[in-house]
Amino acid sequence: MKTFKIFTLIALSGFGLIRAQQTPADPQSEAISIVGATAHIGDGTVVENATLVFENGKITALAAGAATQGKVINAQGKHVYPGFIAGSTSLGLVEIDAVRPTRDMDELGDMIPHIRSMIAYNAESKVVESMRPNGVLLAQVSPKGGRISGTSSVMQLDAWNWEDAVVKADDGIHLNWPASYRRGRWWMGEEPGFHPNKKYGEQIDETLQFLANAKAYNQKPATEANIAFAGAKGLFDGTQKLYVYANGEKEIIDAISRLHAAGVGKMVLVGGYEAHKTADLLKQHQVPVMVNATHNLPFYNDDDYDHAYKLPALLVKAGLLVGIQNMDAANFQVRNLPFYAGHAAGYGLDKETALQLISSNTAKILGIDAQYGSLKVGKSATLFISEGDALDMRGNQLTHAFIDGREISLETHQTKLYKRYSNKYKTK
Amino acid sequence: MWALLWCSAPMMAQDYFPNNEGVKNENHNYRAFTNATIYVSADQVVKNGTLLIQNGKVAGVGKSVNIPANAIVTDLEGKSIYPSFIDIYSDFGVKKPEKASGSGRSPQYQQSREGFYWNDHIMPEKNAITSFSYTDKDAASLRKVGFGVVNTHINDGIARGTGALIALNKHGNDADRVLEDRSAQYFSLDKSVASRQSYPTSLMGSLALLRQMYVDAAWYAQGHVATTDRSLEALNRNKGLVSIFAAEDKGNALRADKIGDANGIQYVILGGGNEFEWIDDIKATEATYILPLNFPDAYDVSNPHQARYVSLHDMRLWNQKPANPKIMADKAIPFAFTLSGLKKKDDFFKNLQKAISYGLSEKEALRALTSRPAEILGMQDKVGSLEQGKWANFLISSGPIFDSGTTLYENWVQGQKHSINTLDVVDIRGEYDLNLNGLTYQLNITGTPAKPKAEVKQDTNKVKSKLNYADNWMHLNLQQGEGDQRKMFRINALASTDGGNLNGSFVDINGKEASFTALKTKAYETKGPDAAKKTIKSITPLTFPNVGYGYSERPKAENFLFKNATVWTGEAAGVLENTDVLVKKGKIVKIGTNLGAGGATVVDATGKHLTAGIVDEHSHIALLSVNEAGQNSSAEVSMEDVVDPEDIDIYRNLAGGVTTMQLLHGSANPIGGRSAIIKLKWGSSADDMIYDNSPKFIKFALGENVKQSNWQSFSRFPQTRMGVEQAFVNYFQQAKEYQALKNSGKPYRKDVEMETLVEIMNGERFISCHSYVQSEINMLMKVADKFGFRVNTFTHILEGYKVADKMAEHGVGGSTFSDWWAYKYEVNDAIPYNAAIMQRQGITVAINSDDAEMSRRLNQEAAKTVKYGGMSEEEAWKMVTINPAKLLHLDHRVGSIKEGKDADLVLWNDHPLSVYAKAEKTLIEGAVYFDLEKDAQQRAAVKKERNDLIQQMLDAKAGGSPTQSPKMAKKEHFHCDSL
Repeated sequence: MKTFKIFTLIALSGFGLIRAQQTPADPQSEAISIVGATAHIGDGTVVENATLVFENGKITALAAGAATQGKVINAQGKHVYPGFIAGSTSLGLVEIDAVRPTRDMDELGDMIPHIRSMIAYNAESKVVESMRPNGVLLAQVSPKGGRISGTSSVMQLDAWNWEDAVVKADDGIHLNWPASYRRGRWWMGEEPGFHPNKKYGEQIDETLQFLANAKAYNQKPATEANIAFAGAKGLFDGTQKLYVYANGEKEIIDAISRLHAAGVGKMVLVGGYEAHKTADLLKQHQVPVMVNATHNLPFYNDDDYDHAYKLPALLVKAGLLVGIQNMDAANFQVRNLPFYAGHAAGYGLDKETALQLISSNTAKILGIDAQYGSLKVGKSATLFISEGDALDMRGNQLTHAFIDGREISLETHQTKLYKRYSNKYKTK
Repeated sequence: MWALLWCSAPMMAQDYFPNNEGVKNENHNYRAFTNATIYVSADQVVKNGTLLIQNGKVAGVGKSVNIPANAIVTDLEGKSIYPSFIDIYSDFGVKKPEKASGSGRSPQYQQSREGFYWNDHIMPEKNAITSFSYTDKDAASLRKVGFGVVNTHINDGIARGTGALIALNKHGNDADRVLEDRSAQYFSLDKSVASRQSYPTSLMGSLALLRQMYVDAAWYAQGHVATTDRSLEALNRNKGLVSIFAAEDKGNALRADKIGDANGIQYVILGGGNEFEWIDDIKATEATYILPLNFPDAYDVSNPHQARYVSLHDMRLWNQKPANPKIMADKAIPFAFTLSGLKKKDDFFKNLQKAISYGLSEKEALRALTSRPAEILGMQDKVGSLEQGKWANFLISSGPIFDSGTTLYENWVQGQKHSINTLDVVDIRGEYDLNLNGLTYQLNITGTPAKPKAEVKQDTNKVKSKLNYADNWMHLNLQQGEGDQRKMFRINALASTDGGNLNGSFVDINGKEASFTALKTKAYETKGPDAAKKTIKSITPLTFPNVGYGYSERPKAENFLFKNATVWTGEAAGVLENTDVLVKKGKIVKIGTNLGAGGATVVDATGKHLTAGIVDEHSHIALLSVNEAGQNSSAEVSMEDVVDPEDIDIYRNLAGGVTTMQLLHGSANPIGGRSAIIKLKWGSSADDMIYDNSPKFIKFALGENVKQSNWQSFSRFPQTRMGVEQAFVNYFQQAKEYQALKNSGKPYRKDVEMETLVEIMNGERFISCHSYVQSEINMLMKVADKFGFRVNTFTHILEGYKVADKMAEHGVGGSTFSDWWAYKYEVNDAIPYNAAIMQRQGITVAINSDDAEMSRRLNQEAAKTVKYGGMSEEEAWKMVTINPAKLLHLDHRVGSIKEGKDADLVLWNDHPLSVYAKAEKTLIEGAVYFDLEKDAQQRAAVKKERNDLIQQMLDAKAGGSPTQSPKMAKKEHFHCDSL
């Protein structure tokens, strides 16, 4: 018996390394009705004591007192939310930051729009599964690094493989706009702080040249293919958005105006530390902002201590379409997405508006709002039930979660270990 | 070069040297300088005096000096004589050693020398004189700005050996110039570039190394060392020499002084020009300072985008630094000046004038350049003033030496003349009528006598002109008109000594020569003493600390009555609704309902929550350095040495309700450094932030970092977890033997590292150990058992849940991240339920940050234990207050709201575990260190002051001042792994 136990342990732990992923859920087989919950629609409104019915993956009814159908889940006193959506993550591309073999988010090369995140997405990532118990059910998975990092896709976080996971393939191209200041390279004898980047203009020029060439090429492709140019086609035919990473006022103005002039149709600003200073320009060009997460220190010494906390509110009040992302943090932190939004609510937003920053707004920005981001009849039943306020650490306790109506597992590598070791001490 | 050296005759007769080059030729004549204003010293001025010199020395000075017949007399009517300047922090003639070339894939941990100290950066045996080589080009650049003598040294390493006092005498040779070949010892905090030996990698390591060096020198002096250590021998031999410490910063000055105090040494300290910011502490060092004159250029803030990068502190330093010498002088802190730090030596006078324009007296300025440096070296009998018998090192100037219009004519060193500008230059400045080929021009000559400038007009029309003036010959070129109307004149005139009309000849455009006379119509009007100097400039006020969000006054303890709050006691009483808390004299004196204020300020806390201040068991903010990675044990270093009280993260953490933090060493080695436990008293000095009678802690570390797994380093033991155990066993065994020897009464070499380990074994110092995986957590407890002590805390422990039973049995606490994982291989099994499991096994559990950003919302991190593992809210709250206080052995003072405890309190606008909560007031010992309303005022003040200083810098730029491009000295945010 003892031998057997050891054997299973070894088998489990060995197995665990390769496949931690909980088994993806089967398609919805029967109608489900959630009854009595406070439904946070995701568009700023709330339906108290709601009955929410979904069938075949779609919401079919949502109203106080709507007729139930199929399996009934009593959610009295509980809350229902649309699945949260994380933008600009490298989920599934990096498993363990410090272990190089598990890092797949940064390909060689500076202008590589043809590099696609989707195919490297690890559907069995232990980090990915740990998103779900916090309500994060969808994510934009994007390459990192270089100037044009590559092409992202939007994935749902309960899948057998990457094809299974894709919600929107190749949704956008990610551009790190040059910075007018850069850190000194101390190892090359430079002072370590920030200095003017003398190559700023040159770097902008390189970027715009690439885009101009890509645009021209895609008007009439040469006989010899250029897959990098071809990879940027969607920027000029309106099928892909350009996610522009910029933080400083100057960089934002340069980026939006120059890229607009270069013929890039749809842009999203990612970062936006000083986006509040450029709100008019962003509005004029209808550029939404995926703002840095609230858990960031001020960049400049003399900035308000709560700059990052209140920035989402400033941008919302300026009339911009705003989502929250945390591209600066390690992947595992993406599960704190609801708390970033909650924190923003403590600094000038009402809670339902804060919720929009990680649901309907992000869905709109990513172009998946027809199906995701809010609880509406006809939309995908990608949602969860929480014991309490899901934007607060104490209330965010999921009892059920659904992606396209499939009831997904809320177990993870971590909950398993929790149970295993809790049991160890119980049996003692 | 060799020929040159060979030829240069010694100025002084070296009478026992054979001479085969001619007849005996020695000059014992006198030289007399008469009718001069003579500054014998900063304190003694002789008007219309005579300076008599012979054989390189002063033979007499005063109003009535007998001039011998064999004297050459120079009449210096209207001119001034000063002692020439002395720079005692110089590297003149001494090449900086070459940088050691990097090789191999690993750092070098061992020393590379034999017969010397164990650390390559300790080189007290070096003598600057052995690598000294006189170069007159460099000497001339020093003489040009008034210097006659420098004390040079090898500007490299932590202990740098002795300097040499050199006269900048072109006409002699080293037999004359070298006034002293071992004068002063030099020290710094910076490693030698010539060695790749890794230790010390940090500021606290440099300090620890210096401390151990002195201990070892004493041990060596007592004859306990069987082998030869030439470094320590030299250090002992040079004991009588003054020690000059290159601190180059106010904080480092205090650090150096502490080392000096502990070893009976009063260092002379090379300052950084920011001493004024902590002037009282600087005064308390009782040190003499050597001050640089490298005042920062204004930032070019004309581009507002770029101006964003300049911090208010840097803007202030531009505004305030020129006042540093004045403020030092006002506090009667003695100082000398140095050229060191100046990018261009030619800026010396300009910057000195700037210091004077900020209120430094000319007398103090002169003292700082003459007698003070001489006194520092104990050479005041030889140099630094012009009394009889001293070296004839003096300057001849046209007037007050620190005036911008003054010309420095000659710099005499050892009685030898070095001309800077011609002394007998005729002052041709003034207005003239110039008649050339029947045309009359108005010539106006301004500028300085030696470098005059010309402006030529014909009536109101300006005429293009170029003036060249040398050896009293004026060469003036004029050009006028174009085409046929073009006129050109080339004019030569030798100025007449009476300074009247100019007579000479000219050549016109056709080559025709003729003579001319320019009639002087108006004498040049010399301005009075520098107008600029008359109006003393003022600086922007200092704050505590002197950075953005610093307070104009240090917060003081006040008496408060918090009325009607929800009070989270953190004690058995639990959470009390509608309760009052009375704070007096920095303590919590009463908790109850309907308390009387008794004169205390009443704070209406209705609907608000009052808690104890948050305690962070694991932080690296407010530190100048975090890891001493140069050895696998660095128990000798202390983070208390490197606390940075000006770090803006202190303020930001107060805004998050944090009041106490343990500042830990990093995790670069199994045995790290000693902790600093501080209260976030924004505005106080580092020493005042550190707890009185602070519990003693040290950082230990395990796992990937100490094995150096994640970077290229393969030569330091240990490289595996197996080795980590043996590393601990090895050091504790040594410490045990050390203690046994110490207790035996036999002589023993004091070893700061071993002393620290002995403290651990004796239960006087507590370990907070960086830990991730269960195997090694278990291991360290077993090592502790073996050596008879208890591990106090496993910090940011992540697999504590796997060995929680063993931990409980050992009695160790667990401080953990709330939910971090997946960033490295060893945190693969980290789970956010860790805190809950450990807590249920009876372990004292804290949630820590190890992160400057996260620490300011530890209330939210605590709340995650409610989500992950179902902690009660009260238990969750304890994890960031009383539990870490217990782990730090500070629970009798802080961590809960209890009568008699320190009034370290936070008033929240909401439930403290709520994601929506905001700290409104943060108190430490009854003083308000953060207040939301005050913060709003501070923001406005920062904005206004930035704008004021930007305007001042724009004015400076418009006025022609040099500028630098805006930049930001970004502070690193340290984590455990930061190297």
